[in-house]
Amino acid sequence: MIEFLLPSLGADMDEGTLLEWKVRPGDILSKGQIVAVVDTSKAAVDIESWHEGEVALLLVEPGQLMPVGTPMALLLEPGETAADVARYMRDTLRSASTGVTSAEPKQVTSAVAERRPVSPVARRRASELGVDLQGVSGSGPNGVITLQDVERAGGAVAPPKGGQDGMRRAIAAAMSRSKREIPHYYLAEPVPMTRALDWLAQENAARPVTERLLPAVLLLKAVARALRRYPEFNGTYVDGEFHPAPRVNPGVAISLRQGGLVAPALCDADRKSLPALMRELGDLIKRARAGSLRSSELSEATVTITQLGDQGVESVFGVIHPPQVALIGLGRIAERPWVEDGKVVARPVMTASLAADHRVSDGHRGALFLTELRELLQQPEALDADLSGETQ
Amino acid sequence: MSRRISYREALREGLREALLNDPRVLLMGEDVGRYGGTYAVSKGLLDEFGPDRIRDTPLSELAFVGAGIGAALGGLRPVVEVMTVNFSLLALDPIVNTAALYHHMSGGQFSVPLVIRMATGAGRQVAAQHSHSFEGWYAHIPGITILAPATVRDARYMLASALSDPDPVLIFEHAALYNMEAELEDEGPVDIRSARLMREGSDVALITYGGSLYKTLAAAEQLSARGVSAAVLDLRVLRPLDTGAIVALIRQCRRVVVVDEGWRSGSLAAEVMARIVENAFYELDAPPVRVCSEEVPVPYARHLEDAVLPQPEKIVAAVETLLGVSP
Repeated sequence: MIEFLLPSLGADMDEGTLLEWKVRPGDILSKGQIVAVVDTSKAAVDIESWHEGEVALLLVEPGQLMPVGTPMALLLEPGETAADVARYMRDTLRSASTGVTSAEPKQVTSAVAERRPVSPVARRRASELGVDLQGVSGSGPNGVITLQDVERAGGAVAPPKGGQDGMRRAIAAAMSRSKREIPHYYLAEPVPMTRALDWLAQENAARPVTERLLPAVLLLKAVARALRRYPEFNGTYVDGEFHPAPRVNPGVAISLRQGGLVAPALCDADRKSLPALMRELGDLIKRARAGSLRSSELSEATVTITQLGDQGVESVFGVIHPPQVALIGLGRIAERPWVEDGKVVARPVMTASLAADHRVSDGHRGALFLTELRELLQQPEALDADLSGETQ
Repeated sequence: MSRRISYREALREGLREALLNDPRVLLMGEDVGRYGGTYAVSKGLLDEFGPDRIRDTPLSELAFVGAGIGAALGGLRPVVEVMTVNFSLLALDPIVNTAALYHHMSGGQFSVPLVIRMATGAGRQVAAQHSHSFEGWYAHIPGITILAPATVRDARYMLASALSDPDPVLIFEHAALYNMEAELEDEGPVDIRSARLMREGSDVALITYGGSLYKTLAAAEQLSARGVSAAVLDLRVLRPLDTGAIVALIRQCRRVVVVDEGWRSGSLAAEVMARIVENAFYELDAPPVRVCSEEVPVPYARHLEDAVLPQPEKIVAAVETLLGVSP
């Protein structure tokens, strides 16, 4: 029996609300298949399966708020039958009622499956307002339906102060944790962009308008390549230890129109061609704004890149997204006075910055990393050509 | 017009006023006269009122509380001081079996207009035999009124109300409060029947009394900095409990934490919670929660004593768990 658990899609996620099942009992799951849509406080996310097997039983209902780790569904392993499901359910319920189970989430689900906790005043108010509690999601501790949940569902009151503000709270929690735990240090380096922009102009002249490359992808690729050379900026710091990531999956900070931001991962950015990166970046931005990101995209980022683009300011010093250990900030590309061969000339320049975790790396390595990034951007054709023999 | 006064001075003023206003009033107890009171509450009163009215007693709670009951039955208005609530257990028989029962057993012919004052509570490193909080036990007994002055106003004016009550009244003074100074803003009589709202709030009701009041107010202040609006109710009177005020506050806040320095099991906090569940179950948005002392004898060592008692941090943590907000 395989338990399909609600995954954590980032350090700031500890619960999610099931919006929709994308599978039914009897379906055969393949790895990577979308199983359900879950509302995290950041976005509606498609949850993928990492298992293969037949869906035996769905354990939670749409609308239900679950802590991370809650079993959402049961999958049959080869050779298992409905009898195994029945045995599993019996064992889970028994261990939950005798309190001897070791896995806490099981207790939570079976309790939830038996009776949804509703506070006394919420129950009374629901009957006054004629609100069906089945459709109400609980915001209290352990998913308890509170008075406020019922009144909101009954349209009696507007959402409380702060409105949208699951996302604001999630950002507040992650950023406060970052500044509390991570000793940040900051470095910055101006990068002349003449060659990169010239090369892009030349490349784009030969491309149809819809396939033109933006400076953003060139920058993304350069950062990803530099990270490959300096692995201490690419990974996670967990339980007092740095874990370098085997892949370079930069999370790309995308601001949302309704406020807030997400940083979904653009996986293996160091190994993808510029046109492929361009397509994926466009797709990522579109889906982030539509609120339909995949779970892997939210959980697999190994570092964050924030680009201010044309609208931005000259430089940005970011707050690291825990448990990552670095954030690379790219300012606006703008013409600046630049000294070349003893003369001051106007050149397009971009300030690249690094916010990094001093527990993992030191300023000297940070400086080398930014230097590497600067040099890579002086040879744009090499960035395009280098695919390391991998995915196109 | 307000004035700054210590809890101890407020108690002394109350005593002095009672002695001046009514010749039937006398103070008796261990060390109340020449020593000036274990907590210096009666300092100077012997010189002013003489040994007939400020009487040092032998070290026998059983004897001098019994004598106080006799004096009350005989027409006087005695104020008996017991050094700490731990020692008052030696006088449980006269208090519970005599003072509390005579009105009933005499068919209403006799009342016992006795006031007993005693120190209660921990926080001064005087170890287990001088630090416990048994006022919750006394609040179990019909026939007596139990007061817990926490403010300088109640320290100053509760005694007069207690003396005018025809039946026994026990006043529990929290030992950690004697040195506390505060502004006395309202002069004049106070009732001994109602709780008092010390801080308005809308998210959670914090209900407490006595020495825990200031820890609870500190917790409410910390919570306010985190965006949680906590109301604080000072029970003041532990018997009879002001159920109406408790229920009204539950209707307003929907969630409650009861803070009580007594041990959890069978505590006054338990009684408050029972009343909330009996009278306001359908007003609750979350289960009632308690912050009480850990169920061990109060230790001597400072850090252990601190760890055993309710503290603002424990109250804040309880509220955060109740509201489901992470610290």
